[in-house]
Amino acid sequence: MNGFEVAQHNSEDGITILRLKGFLDAHTAGDLEAALQKCIDEKKFRIVVNFEELNYISSAGLGVFMGFIEDVRENGGDIKMTSMTEKIFHVFDLLGFPALYDILKTDDEAVERFAQTEKE
Amino acid sequence: MAKKVKTYQLKVPSSTDQLEIIREFVTGVARKVGFREDELNKIELAVDEASTNVVKHAYAYDDRKPIEIQLRVEPDRFVIQITDKGKGFKPEQVKKPDMKEYLAKMRVGGLGIYLMKTMMDEVEFSIDPGRKNRVRMVKYITPETVHPTRKVS
Repeated sequence: MNGFEVAQHNSEDGITILRLKGFLDAHTAGDLEAALQKCIDEKKFRIVVNFEELNYISSAGLGVFMGFIEDVRENGGDIKMTSMTEKIFHVFDLLGFPALYDILKTDDEAVERFAQTEKE
Repeated sequence: MAKKVKTYQLKVPSSTDQLEIIREFVTGVARKVGFREDELNKIELAVDEASTNVVKHAYAYDDRKPIEIQLRVEPDRFVIQITDKGKGFKPEQVKKPDMKEYLAKMRVGGLGIYLMKTMMDEVEFSIDPGRKNRVRMVKYITPETVHPTRKVS
């Protein structure tokens, strides 16, 4: 089985990093949904999602991010995305995600971006 | 002499845990055809989206129902047909999604058909609800889509 995993890491500056691994499709999208719901329940609204080890995504996976972004932003947070391979970025790009989400190269850049927003 | 056409078939229950098997079946044949890696990725995604729509919408997650995938390798094209006997839909009413609108309405899903059309050279629906719904997708075999070692008709 190809499978899918989400690992949650809480950084010192109150940012939650979710590292995705494997194959994200209609079968595994529920696991990502649960991970994001957990962040919301724990009032962790500053979220970085790292795609470095994600091999595959379908629209079911992209849909999960759309389902949570409003809630997260209304609470003063954001979902920032990092470390996408070209293959994964291509799918996000096709659906116009770069206009709606911060898609960055590294987790550090995402953390920096959160710090900047806080200063403003 | 007529050029040989090869066909392949897979029939699985309509369930999301079959998506991986469907993807591997289709990309396995497409790889044998000689498609380049980026084309394999497109084919994989198009097939996943079409099959996901069957599981979710045509059969509403009823895993007793079958999905049939037929592949046909012709000299100049790779044809994928996905057939179900579930609830149909009106393909002409599916518009290109406006992401901002999606976001505003908190709508999830519904992006599959747009992706299928973007990934493949031809996408065509034939809908007969409860009897036979079929999506037919084509990827052309050209010097741009396959490895240089494969001969193109």
